[in-house]
Amino acid sequence: MTGVTLSNVIKRYGETQVIHGIDLQIEDSEFCVFVGPSGCGKSTLLRMVAGLEETTEGQINIGPRDVTRLDPSDRGVAMVFQTYALYPHMSVAENMGFGLKMNGHPKAEIDQKVAAASKVLKLDDYLKRKPKALSGGQRQRVAIGRAIVRGPEVFLFDEPLSNLDAELRVEMRVEIARLHQEIGATMIYVTHDQVEAMTLADKIVVLRAGRIEQVGAPMDLYRNPDNRFVAGFIGSPAMNFLDGQITAGDVEVPGLKETVKLPVTIPSPGTQVQIGLRPEHLVMTKGDTHRVELTEALGGVSYAYLVTPTGEKIIVEERGDERSKIGDMVGLSFETDRAMLFDTQTEARIR
Amino acid sequence: MSPLIQGVLTIIIGVGGCIGYFFASNLILDKVIFPPKGDNPGRNINRANMVRPWLFLLPAILALGLYLVYPVIGSFWRSLFNRAGDEFIGFGNYITMFGDDQFRISLFNNFLWVLVVPAAATFFGLLVAQLTDRMKWGNIAKSLIFMPMAISFVGASLIWKFVYANNPDIGMINAVRDVFGLAPVDVLQLPFWNNFFLMVILIWIQTGFAMVILSAALRGIPEETVEAAIIDGANPFQIFFKIKVPQIMGTIVVVWTTITILVLKVFDIVYTMTGGNFGTEILPSYMMSYMFRDDGRATAVAFVIMLIVLPVMIWNIAQARKEMR
Repeated sequence: MTGVTLSNVIKRYGETQVIHGIDLQIEDSEFCVFVGPSGCGKSTLLRMVAGLEETTEGQINIGPRDVTRLDPSDRGVAMVFQTYALYPHMSVAENMGFGLKMNGHPKAEIDQKVAAASKVLKLDDYLKRKPKALSGGQRQRVAIGRAIVRGPEVFLFDEPLSNLDAELRVEMRVEIARLHQEIGATMIYVTHDQVEAMTLADKIVVLRAGRIEQVGAPMDLYRNPDNRFVAGFIGSPAMNFLDGQITAGDVEVPGLKETVKLPVTIPSPGTQVQIGLRPEHLVMTKGDTHRVELTEALGGVSYAYLVTPTGEKIIVEERGDERSKIGDMVGLSFETDRAMLFDTQTEARIR
Repeated sequence: MSPLIQGVLTIIIGVGGCIGYFFASNLILDKVIFPPKGDNPGRNINRANMVRPWLFLLPAILALGLYLVYPVIGSFWRSLFNRAGDEFIGFGNYITMFGDDQFRISLFNNFLWVLVVPAAATFFGLLVAQLTDRMKWGNIAKSLIFMPMAISFVGASLIWKFVYANNPDIGMINAVRDVFGLAPVDVLQLPFWNNFFLMVILIWIQTGFAMVILSAALRGIPEETVEAAIIDGANPFQIFFKIKVPQIMGTIVVVWTTITILVLKVFDIVYTMTGGNFGTEILPSYMMSYMFRDDGRATAVAFVIMLIVLPVMIWNIAQARKEMR
């Protein structure tokens, strides 16, 4: 088992550069999730690790080996595709054994490994079937089985759950987590769904426009984002941002109709800033500054959509028996050490 | 009347006739035969709806009956009569035909054609489709290879007559032989092998057809399955034969059988190039050589050809339907 190291990895298509010098260290048997909005280059980066896209510059190491110019099949990786990519003319067993067959393993060994993988994934009853006779979830299990059978050093997942319905997605998510615990191999997982990222990852890599915004454990990114993008991307519902301005050591926030004192290094007066507040850190109080535009009751929690006096929108999480109604006028309070401050210009966190 | 006006009038009468037929027949059905009133309006509407599909099918059934079913039965009936068509001789035409050397040669040659031409055209078509797929000038290459499709069989034969010409100044084959100091030969007179020189012409024409269909099929293969195979360690040949070809097998069979059916119909090439001489006769040209001379014999050949084509045809349609599902 081995980790993966990317050093100053760059990808260009002709003149357009899509990956701008990525440095990343993925430890042995770590579950690493690439997350970001669509078009951020996360899939491209994964395909570069797989060898399906050529690396223009930089170096990719799997363990101690430099694999930058190696053929995909020699890299010791296995990939699970979003569309499953099963071979439609082969049975489930043939699909899973194809990789070993291509590498000249004896039939007895292939059969034994396929049997072992199908046992882990509960596919024993379907081994003789063709992919088209399987459901979406079963197909994805076969695709994962095909990866397991090859016994790779690194598993690559390219949005493997986005073709499944919501219920199956949760089920498969748990299954992949279980698989990682059982096999303990290094896994790289690409998704745009931050719930998948939060629940599965040991380490999340947030990407935007071909650059790494932040790397860290899920809760670290949640509690301590480096910039406005990461703060807004991690967490559901997303963090609220309100425009503000620095005035003599304080932050004036028109959207809250108050001036707050924050325990951070306050920049020079006049600087444009944004204050970030997570929905669960806001509490509604008696007052008349904010109007409730809409509420979504999910049972245990409700989300109230508020409009500030400045017309900005805020989401507040509510628990307990008393919940707000549409049209209510309320005030807001929060603990100042929960609030985060971002520079509007650079989007960087002000700590 | 000028042919132009005639043409326009034909179109107007034809299209207008169709519209008029459907309009009038539906009107009569709804207003006169089963009007939705009286004692039983609901039943009348249901009955009218049961009859309606047949109104739409009727013209097609009549046309197919007149131009397809009647000729088949009529031909079969004619083939049971003698040359003049006035004496019923049962299967006499068939018996003399099977005793004829020339017919046995045609049958054997036709067997060769059916074996070689569809296989070669499909193979080359697949090869070209795969090779030109990712190339910059692939589309130009494809257009060039597709072009013979636009040439009539007689036109193509004339072109190849020049290629095969028994003269090093005109014929390409003999020009090449000339370079090596070999005497010119007439390849169309080489026993047995001349059949293959004739087949080349049809392969040349049909490769374009196979290429276009198979190229579309190749593009329909999901890219991920190919990528998965690359990661699984398959080399380009294994990807082509183990991943791509099996996925388009249905299309390959349709192309193959379509060309097979065509091969059993084409008489023009043999007719133009050798006139069936030098042992190159095939069934359609054999039929042509009897047409207007001995219609009894010619229709008998036609019927034999139909019997040979029929199973291929059924398989072809079955495959094409499977593809569409």
